[in-house]
Amino acid sequence: MSARLVVLFIALGAAVVGLQAAHERAGGPLTRPTEALLYVRSPAMMTRMALSYDMLLADIYWIRAVQHYGGIRLSADPDKRFDLLYPLLDLTTSLDTRFGAAYLFGAIFLSEAPPGGPGRPDLAIALLEKGLRAQPAKWDYAQWIGFVHYWWRADYVQAAEWFARAGELPNAPFWLKPLAATTLAQGGSRASSRALWQEIARTADEGWYRTSAQHRLRQLDAMDQIDELRLAVDTYRQRRGSPPADWADLARAGFLRGRPTDPAGVPYRLAGGAVSLDPTSPLNPLPKEPVRRR
Amino acid sequence: MQVIGHVAVSVFRESVRDRVLYSLVGFAALLMGASYLIGQLTAGQDVKIIKDLGLAAIATFGLLMAVFIGIGLVWKEVERRSIYSLLSKPIRRHQFILGKYAGLALTLLVNVTLMTAAFYLVLAYMNTQFPENVRAIWPAPATDPGMLRAVALTFVELLLVTALALFFSTFSSPFLSAALTVGLWVIGHFNADLRNFEAVVESRTAASLARGLYYVLPNFAAFDIKTQVVYALPVPLSYLVTTTAYGAAYIALLLTGAIVIFGRRDFK
Repeated sequence: MSARLVVLFIALGAAVVGLQAAHERAGGPLTRPTEALLYVRSPAMMTRMALSYDMLLADIYWIRAVQHYGGIRLSADPDKRFDLLYPLLDLTTSLDTRFGAAYLFGAIFLSEAPPGGPGRPDLAIALLEKGLRAQPAKWDYAQWIGFVHYWWRADYVQAAEWFARAGELPNAPFWLKPLAATTLAQGGSRASSRALWQEIARTADEGWYRTSAQHRLRQLDAMDQIDELRLAVDTYRQRRGSPPADWADLARAGFLRGRPTDPAGVPYRLAGGAVSLDPTSPLNPLPKEPVRRR
Repeated sequence: MQVIGHVAVSVFRESVRDRVLYSLVGFAALLMGASYLIGQLTAGQDVKIIKDLGLAAIATFGLLMAVFIGIGLVWKEVERRSIYSLLSKPIRRHQFILGKYAGLALTLLVNVTLMTAAFYLVLAYMNTQFPENVRAIWPAPATDPGMLRAVALTFVELLLVTALALFFSTFSSPFLSAALTVGLWVIGHFNADLRNFEAVVESRTAASLARGLYYVLPNFAAFDIKTQVVYALPVPLSYLVTTTAYGAAYIALLLTGAIVIFGRRDFK
């Protein structure tokens, strides 16, 4: 290769990189509607079109589902919409009917209340029931249907029924049957919720489930702490005739030793005598139902 | 037999000269790149995804080789007019066809073997990246030897595709041969639909025709047991034997057809 040719290659290469950098500085590609698209929504059609690549396509749709959920959840958009989440999970689990993570993680993603998720426990249950139709002996799918009924729908009768059904399946953990009885007797109590998540945190095989259970446990701790702080604020109000302006007022009155922080390390919010999580806390939103019967 | 061996070795050497084995570098790069990226893109399931990707890539790379080399096996010799000098030597036409087929089969065997070795190496590395408690919940170990059953059936499938490509190349152009081979490969994955055609049409004639096609067309779906091996589901030995025998019979049929057609061609 002649020296001239080498110089030409280097010059053209430098021009390509330089122009790309200039393009980037100018703002990159022209803006266009960024509506998420899913060209094929029919699982039956996709299963046929997959030929012998059904497993690989299932993996691709699974990665898309994770990216879709994570991307929207972390976006700054105030109107978080997870429109493609269920269709993507439906395609994934139709192409690979044994894709355990897609059923279990998918149910968690779908159940999560806004703004952290679409708040669709009905679709979470539909997905898990589809998994159970494919593998009727999977006790963990039945167990998670129970959890969805318990935690996100506050339907303790259904939850107990599913825990009992899961307990009957092969290799199910011993604690599911007693859990069914406890749920029926004291469903919705914070103590029973705590027992439920402690059991998951202790027995979960996958790190993500364990993390999810630990997150729920921290939420329950925060709810306990908020109750105590509200009690302190009410007592202060009764004694002084007006609510404390800030946490320093409560500390000076001897109710606190400092500025209280939630289990995630974010300071609690005190505004107009009302105690709540700071909007920036990762523990938002707190579940509402377990407070009902403490 | 010796003549067939000579032709086969020359086909293999030619494919090495044509840098066909470079595909192995692409395969290894794909798997290694994917094994790094998958962990960043998805929540768990890394080993399952690498298994799916590796098995699908072995099948795809092999399919491309079988089709695009297979369609040129006979056509190239005719196009270059080297067929005249070849047939003037003590080589009978059936030996030429069988030698060409055996040469490409050897090329595929070497490729599939090396790709499988690279696949297991990547999985062995990934196995070291996960703690014991995570590995314990996988349906099968990362380097499960049971996956070799899927690779073996994929190889039989590739041999069948090669026979199809060679068969078509004895009487048609490379473009048409490629179209017909790929077309039959696609149709061969819809066999279940042909079998159940009577459920969607009222015409008994159409249903009978579809049922007939179900038995006649190559059933490529039968060679796909990737789901079973990835999830460590049972695959009876009888299934492997029957499917391999089916593939062997179909290959024998196509090679016989190729020999008959090629034997009648006039090269004067």
